[in-house]
Amino acid sequence: MLISEKQALTERVGMLVQKYGNSRSALIPILQDIQYNFKYVSDFEQQEVARLLDIHPVEVYSVVSFYSFLSPNIRGKYIVRLCQTISCELSGKEKVAKAIERELGIKFGETTKDKKFTLEYTNCMGMCDQSPAMMINEKVYANLTPEKAVQILKEVK
Amino acid sequence: MKSFFELIYCKECGHSLENPYPEFITCCTKGTLCHHDKNVDKEIEEYNKKLTYQKHNKPVIFIGMGTCGLASGAGKVKVEIENVLKEQKIKADIVSVGCIGYCAKEPIVDIKLPDGDRVSYCEVTPKDVKELIDTTINKKGIYKKKVLGTFGEGNEEVTSIHDNPFFKYQKKIVLQNCGIINPESIDEYIAHGGFKGLDKALRLMKPAEVVDEILRSGLRGRGGGGFLTGKKWEFALQQESEQKYVICNADEGDPGAFMDRSVLESDPYKLVEGMAIAAYAIGASAGYIYCRAEYPLAIERINNTINKCKEYGLLGKNILGSGFNLELKVKKGAGAFVCGEETALIASIEGERGMPRPRPPYPAVSGLWGKPTIINNVETLANIASIIVKGADWFASVGTEKSKGTKVFALSGKIANSGLIEVPMGVTLNDVIFKIGGGIPNGKKFKAVQIGGPSGGCLPESVIETSVDYESLREVGAMMGSGGFVVMDEDTCMVDVARYFMTFIQNESCGKCVPCREGTKRMLEIIERIPKKYQKDGNKLEQFQRFKGIIHLRRLAEVIQNTSLCGLGQSAPNPVLSGLKYFRHEYEEHLYERKCSAGVCKDLLVYKIDPKACTGCTVCAKKCPVEAIVGEKKHPHHIIVDKCIKCGLCYENCKFNAISFK
Ligand SMILES: Cc1cc2nc3c(=O)[nH]c(=O)nc-3n(C[C@H](O)[C@H](O)[C@H](O)COP(=O)(O)O)c2cc1C
Ligand code: SF4
Ligand code: SF4
Ligand code: SF4
Ligand code: FES
Ligand code: FES
Repeated sequence: MLISEKQALTERVGMLVQKYGNSRSALIPILQDIQYNFKYVSDFEQQEVARLLDIHPVEVYSVVSFYSFLSPNIRGKYIVRLCQTISCELSGKEKVAKAIERELGIKFGETTKDKKFTLEYTNCMGMCDQSPAMMINEKVYANLTPEKAVQILKEVK
Repeated sequence: MKSFFELIYCKECGHSLENPYPEFITCCTKGTLCHHDKNVDKEIEEYNKKLTYQKHNKPVIFIGMGTCGLASGAGKVKVEIENVLKEQKIKADIVSVGCIGYCAKEPIVDIKLPDGDRVSYCEVTPKDVKELIDTTINKKGIYKKKVLGTFGEGNEEVTSIHDNPFFKYQKKIVLQNCGIINPESIDEYIAHGGFKGLDKALRLMKPAEVVDEILRSGLRGRGGGGFLTGKKWEFALQQESEQKYVICNADEGDPGAFMDRSVLESDPYKLVEGMAIAAYAIGASAGYIYCRAEYPLAIERINNTINKCKEYGLLGKNILGSGFNLELKVKKGAGAFVCGEETALIASIEGERGMPRPRPPYPAVSGLWGKPTIINNVETLANIASIIVKGADWFASVGTEKSKGTKVFALSGKIANSGLIEVPMGVTLNDVIFKIGGGIPNGKKFKAVQIGGPSGGCLPESVIETSVDYESLREVGAMMGSGGFVVMDEDTCMVDVARYFMTFIQNESCGKCVPCREGTKRMLEIIERIPKKYQKDGNKLEQFQRFKGIIHLRRLAEVIQNTSLCGLGQSAPNPVLSGLKYFRHEYEEHLYERKCSAGVCKDLLVYKIDPKACTGCTVCAKKCPVEAIVGEKKHPHHIIVDKCIKCGLCYENCKFNAISFK
């Protein structure tokens, strides 16, 4: 990483610490903010957060790795989360999953080469009545069929 | 029009946020008490009528815009309605409401003409909009094609919505306002009777009296455990501490549950009012709403609600001049199911990994940052205001001996009317599934209903007359849980369902204690082995391992139940155990006959062509990805079992129903 990039990141993390405070309970909101804007929390950012909150970097990593909505690895611009929970399972999530994998050319847990899409499973997101359902970033799509899912991905692309 | 705040917080009377007006809520609905200007009373009366949609001079169009409505296309319908109104130069108000619970029929649009009743239309698509507006607003008629019912008296033209079986058997306390009022408007909530509970508690009741009222009402926690809410509050009240906290558990993670989301999105003020009363009762001055990240709209609504309440002096310092202070904050979850467990939730707010810790000490004694803390579920808190307003006796008159009040259930799976319902405790499963839920679609047979999420169980037809309350459900081996009601039909394999829940639990185990972390993994392995064929015809060793697993299954389940630290582990084996109890024959069929009669477990399926029905059209042979189908044109085809990978393509494509797989 370039020094100037590092400085920019340090500055940004510093601003977040100002915004959310430097107490331990600010840790998750800070990480969520980074995650929201950059789609993942890099090693360097984790170290910076640790330094500014005065905790060990391992503690930051332990939190990042615990929560499924925080990620230490680089991810796509659009995070596609398909619900894998029971109602969606009963109403044919498997076929939708296959169709999405085919459309994006990646498997679940992977990110496309152009860093545009990351494909993940998630747990019930409360759309069971209109299952199967998926989320792309913060938007919910329900009543999916394989065709509809592919159509939605095409629109997002 | 002026808002309630502008109307009542007038400078002449000397009210300001620094000098709050204790009678504010009463004045909003009944007219000013101190004010000399009778015009203001008139204005308040008019405003109330407008807010409750009794009197308005333009047609009002209500659109259900919860996440559920949006997902089924309410956004597009709204845009189309706006376009048509503009095109035809019709003046009408559009109000976004939350969801009324009838998810199967979304998008739902209600239309109310100035002198008419509110009429509800369902499954409205953008294509319907022109005709809908034309028939209802221009011609003042009923758009019969999509009508659901009227909120007024039924007549020969349109039936009352209250006679619709889906609504008829419901009793709404928690969901009373959902889908009816605009969830973003504080004034509308007040006009519909909102904040009366907080008003009454602050002005007329001591904290101990509030606790006592809740205790007498018999309200029990709706988040799963069913602990008496009043008792929990009593513990917290008794603690001496300069700082106490109240937390709302909105981490709704149970598969098949979406009750809390609906309350958060459709009536957030009710929740905030309940929290404020709770905080007053135990002496807390700060609170958190821990909401899962999967509910972005709910988080937005709650934030908006908190801000509005602050503007009105209903949160913050010296609320309604009572000297009671309360700060509320939203904490966003980050996608960990176990954070629904109360001690894990506290750890998560503190910024740690969301891992449970042993209890006691209970949070009511030592919770957030070691201070006395009460944690209640969204639905529990949404009941509070009504109890305070209408009294403990009223609440206790609903429900059964030990389970009081109502419960919200989320119906999903293989059920005709999926959605959210609220019924008095003590109705039967049969009522819920068949009377309200409309039974199983596509003429299929009912097999089981999964209640209580991963800690609950699957109940079969034989116990369908079970009453829905905490004790009865526990007796038959399920749990009230948070209220997910996943209905399964004959095409569902119970071994597969057990496998599914074990996978879920195993993934979500936080890993702190061994029985849960390792035990659920082993249990999953045993279950997974049941329908698997590792080798073409399955050899003796494989068979031996399969049976050995089954022999250990029950003991393993007991160890996990008895030795896990938190509720997740303790209840993890429930889906398997209830499956073994009620669907033993299915397990045996899988084990001994190597058959899955629901046709789900792939390894056990055998695709076959019925030579009598096959016309030899060759479609299947062309579709088969591995060339497992042979046969000549116009002659019956045949599947080579060893080659078939069971993809199901041939079955889906045969137009003559010649292929079977069970
Ligand atoms: C693994 C696990 C997950 C839980 N998830 C939730 C949840 O999503 N929502 C909830 O309100 N309670 C949940 N609970 C129950 C809470 O621990 C707690 O009992 C409840 O929030 C108390 O509120 P109540 O008394 O109003 O029910 C969960 C418990 C466990 C063990
Ligand atoms: S029972 Fe499971 S989820 Fe609960 S603390 Fe132990 S490992 Fe964690
Ligand atoms: S598609 Fe059906 S009818 Fe046609 S060849 Fe195959 S089995 Fe026979
Ligand atoms: S199930 Fe698939 S692999 Fe098997 S015969 Fe049919 S099309 Fe071929
Ligand atoms: S099971 Fe998929 S959204 Fe609930
Ligand atoms: S109508 Fe909204 S959750 Fe169903």
